[in-house]
Amino acid sequence: MSTQGELRPARLSAPTRKRLVHGGLIAVALVYVGTLVLAPLVGITWAATRAGWHTWSATFADPTARHAYVLTGVITLVTVVVTAILGVVVALVLSRDLFPGRGLLSAVADLPIAISPVIVGLMAVLLFGTGGWFESWFSARGIRILFAVPSIAIVTLFICIPFVIREVTPILQELGTEEEQAAKTLGATSLQTFFRVTLPNIRWGLLYGIALSTARAIGEVGAVVVVSGLIAGQTETATLFILRAFDQFHDETGYVVALTLAMVSIVLLAGIEIFKHREEKELSR
Amino acid sequence: MQEQVGTLVREDPRPAKPAAGSRARQVARAAMGRWSLRSVALLYLGLMVALPTAAVVIRGFGGGLAALKEALDAPGAHQALMLSVGLAALTAVINAVLGTVVAYVLVRYRFVGRGVLSTLVDIPFAVPTLVTGVMLVALYGPNSLVGGFFIDHGFQIIFARPGILLALLFVTLPLVVRTVQPVLHQLDLAEEEAARVLGASRWVTFRKVVLPHLRSAVVAGGLLSFARAIGEYGAVVILSGNLLNKTLTAPVFIYQLISDFKPDAAAAVATLLFGLSFTLVLVTERLTRGRPA
Repeated sequence: MSTQGELRPARLSAPTRKRLVHGGLIAVALVYVGTLVLAPLVGITWAATRAGWHTWSATFADPTARHAYVLTGVITLVTVVVTAILGVVVALVLSRDLFPGRGLLSAVADLPIAISPVIVGLMAVLLFGTGGWFESWFSARGIRILFAVPSIAIVTLFICIPFVIREVTPILQELGTEEEQAAKTLGATSLQTFFRVTLPNIRWGLLYGIALSTARAIGEVGAVVVVSGLIAGQTETATLFILRAFDQFHDETGYVVALTLAMVSIVLLAGIEIFKHREEKELSR
Repeated sequence: MQEQVGTLVREDPRPAKPAAGSRARQVARAAMGRWSLRSVALLYLGLMVALPTAAVVIRGFGGGLAALKEALDAPGAHQALMLSVGLAALTAVINAVLGTVVAYVLVRYRFVGRGVLSTLVDIPFAVPTLVTGVMLVALYGPNSLVGGFFIDHGFQIIFARPGILLALLFVTLPLVVRTVQPVLHQLDLAEEEAARVLGASRWVTFRKVVLPHLRSAVVAGGLLSFARAIGEYGAVVILSGNLLNKTLTAPVFIYQLISDFKPDAAAAVATLLFGLSFTLVLVTERLTRGRPA
């Protein structure tokens, strides 16, 4: 570095320039992420605080708001349980079972990432709506899918399918089957091997995937708005409640509910950071 | 792990080698286990993902090109698609450049606030997209924290295109950063040092030594951002105002077609949009595969 300085004298000394470049790049990163992410967080906190105590108490006393929170909770729980269990099964098949068509299965597992949520809602309409493929079968049995809770669960599930699969599959591939084979040789059954050897190895990746799908399930709106039917107190999730609040110019109520969802997601984020850290540590072992 | 296997041995001290008959039974059982897992996986993804997707694509092509043309001729349709494509492309480019800077800073520099910066980058993964839109309205909307200032200076953000762009940038921020970061982590610093010692400037070193390694990751992150941005609904619906020909995006347009009971037209536009983003995701997979994890 010093020889270069002698060969090509610069206007500024090398260390000064280095510091300028570092400082400049760090400033660009901080300003970009700050204005993009931090400023809106400050904005919503300010708006929801300014709404005042009476808006907060009125919102939480509103039975349709409470119902919306509960419905979002139930849908999220169902989604997480199903995508976690079946996601691990798919990950096992994708990483261990070399059958023809595995590449196709992997592509299908990634599909929901590429599809706009509104199109996911449209799918449910085409399958369960008037003249849909399954409409007559379900309506003959008196089961309501579209514009009812089942379709909300189905579209949310669809959107959350990839998260666990994408986190767990690479870990299983990295892991190999040596430990599992050792356990089997020592007389463990398949279930014992799974719960005592495989599951402990994938737990952080699995939890990371679960946290991501929880966040997505709580916040899903584009698919849900199409299929829910928007009946307050019946098929209205927390995000749809916010949407209605803004439609009816109750902006302050919207801010309050939005801030509570943002706070839940920040708590989830803390979980996500911890799980990701553990997963990275485990992978680099 | 060693301890757990040890526990199994203590519980089951029989000889490790099973008898010949039970060996055959074990093989049969393993095959059965493999088949049942495979069937569950195929059924799950087949019923939950492949079938509904097929429903849209079949319905989308069902009306033939006539239905697509009719849908695109509807007032605002063309503009909505062009707006979504244009804003998604802008989002991808801005995030590709600034996302790479953020990733570079996070990997290479140690400074106060680095942890906070890293956490902020992940926030869009966690925050509901609708809440993103609400946050931007709270910040830039009329009678809000700073919105009044911008409106006084003749610059409208909410119910206008800048707001949509901000929302799309927010939602896609982690995609480029988190794709580029692991690649930067693995780069051999010796290459850059060699270039610098040989007299290359900082910028030339970055362009000629670092960037070629990053290129596929940056492009992959950008394409993912594009695919995500073109279909975004939640972050956009509240703040865009959904003005025909002005701020109505393609997903909101599809939503309106569905609400107007025009499922065929909706399926036609949806197939177009979906074909575009799925191709992009497949290309991205190609680009990122083969890269050491």
